[in-house]
Amino acid sequence: MSKVSMRVNGRAVSGEVEGRTLLVDFLRNDQGLTGTHVGCDTSQCGACVVHVDGAAVKACTMFAAEAEGAEVTTIEGMANADGSLGTIQQAFQDHHGLQCGFCTPGMVMSAAALLKDNPKPSEHEIRKYLEGNFCRCTGYHNIVKAILAASGQEMPAVAAE
Amino acid sequence: MYAFEMERPTTVDEAVAALKDEDAQALGGGQTLIPTLKARLAMPGKLVSLTGIDAIKGISKDDAGRLCIGGGTVHRAIAEQGDFPGLAGLAARIGDPAVRNRGTIGGSVANNDPSACYPAALLATGATIVTDRREIAADDFFQGMFTTALEEGEIVTEVKLPIPEKSNYQKFAQPASRFPLVGVFVAKGADGVGVGVTGASEGGVFRWREAEEALSGNFSADALGDLAASADGLIGDMHGSAAYRAHLIKVLTGRAVSAAA
Repeated sequence: MSKVSMRVNGRAVSGEVEGRTLLVDFLRNDQGLTGTHVGCDTSQCGACVVHVDGAAVKACTMFAAEAEGAEVTTIEGMANADGSLGTIQQAFQDHHGLQCGFCTPGMVMSAAALLKDNPKPSEHEIRKYLEGNFCRCTGYHNIVKAILAASGQEMPAVAAE
Repeated sequence: MYAFEMERPTTVDEAVAALKDEDAQALGGGQTLIPTLKARLAMPGKLVSLTGIDAIKGISKDDAGRLCIGGGTVHRAIAEQGDFPGLAGLAARIGDPAVRNRGTIGGSVANNDPSACYPAALLATGATIVTDRREIAADDFFQGMFTTALEEGEIVTEVKLPIPEKSNYQKFAQPASRFPLVGVFVAKGADGVGVGVTGASEGGVFRWREAEEALSGNFSADALGDLAASADGLIGDMHGSAAYRAHLIKVLTGRAVSAAA
């Protein structure tokens, strides 16, 4: 076991981890931040996406020890200071961008990473960016709509409307 | 995963020293190795994470005009550089955005997965792989599926690629994994044309020499004419037969030549 320290959602945290402890397990089990989900545990589904030093990464495919000294943001850090939903979260609710909700934390974190680099993405760019985030309920259309809305753009009639 | 120790050195020298232990293994971005560990297909006693070594991250150009990419540089940074558009296009289609934020060129090159993208570009451009102890030409480095010239504990610190006049990478993605079923990198340089093929062969990445010769005289898809890639030694599996892969090699080579910029 060794000690690891990082900042999570602006708060300094530390804990004892094994070499093999994944970042997602540290967040969920040690820090109680269960918003970050483990969907596939094989790096494919993107339910575990968090931001490490500003970059979207799969928390199931990074060791906790590798986040030493890093600034980590999880879905719990996406709400406004007063506890109300953040812009992207609110857009997902408004546009029915979730059904069972399991993929949603990763979707929101990926969407936030996309909008940071590309504040007005096209529908095509959104779909391409979400290549590593799987949703098995919505068929993606409402997720794309939500992200377009969160970016302040008009929502064209996306397919299957 | 089996249990292992983790070390996170901040210099190459410390990493080399840490890798001297028996059963120690280097960890790059982990986008291949961590899933492999989860499947219990590897059992290192110690992982030496290279992500804390700033000296092997970043992209620059040397006096010979080569693009010099630190082994710890992530795919995203390579996708965003503008000096070598063909390589940027290759890097931009590896995995997905989150994978590209972690996975490194050094890790990909050292692993030499038979479907990895970078090795095709390294062969086609005549790149040099720099390690903690020597420099190795790409032609000598890749020695078959998951096999390289690297010794135990040797770390890829940098990759130096001559920037071609024109280049392009064409990837025919296997629909489930998105790895290339076949990928072809074509590079037109001052000394001729290089064609690197990945995903196709039981022997790992290789150069399609006949196509290189034909294209060096006439850099157009028509120059491939009656050439056919041999299906001997190509991979045949549920995703495509050896003959299908051979067909793809020629089609993708032609597309890469036409798209080269």
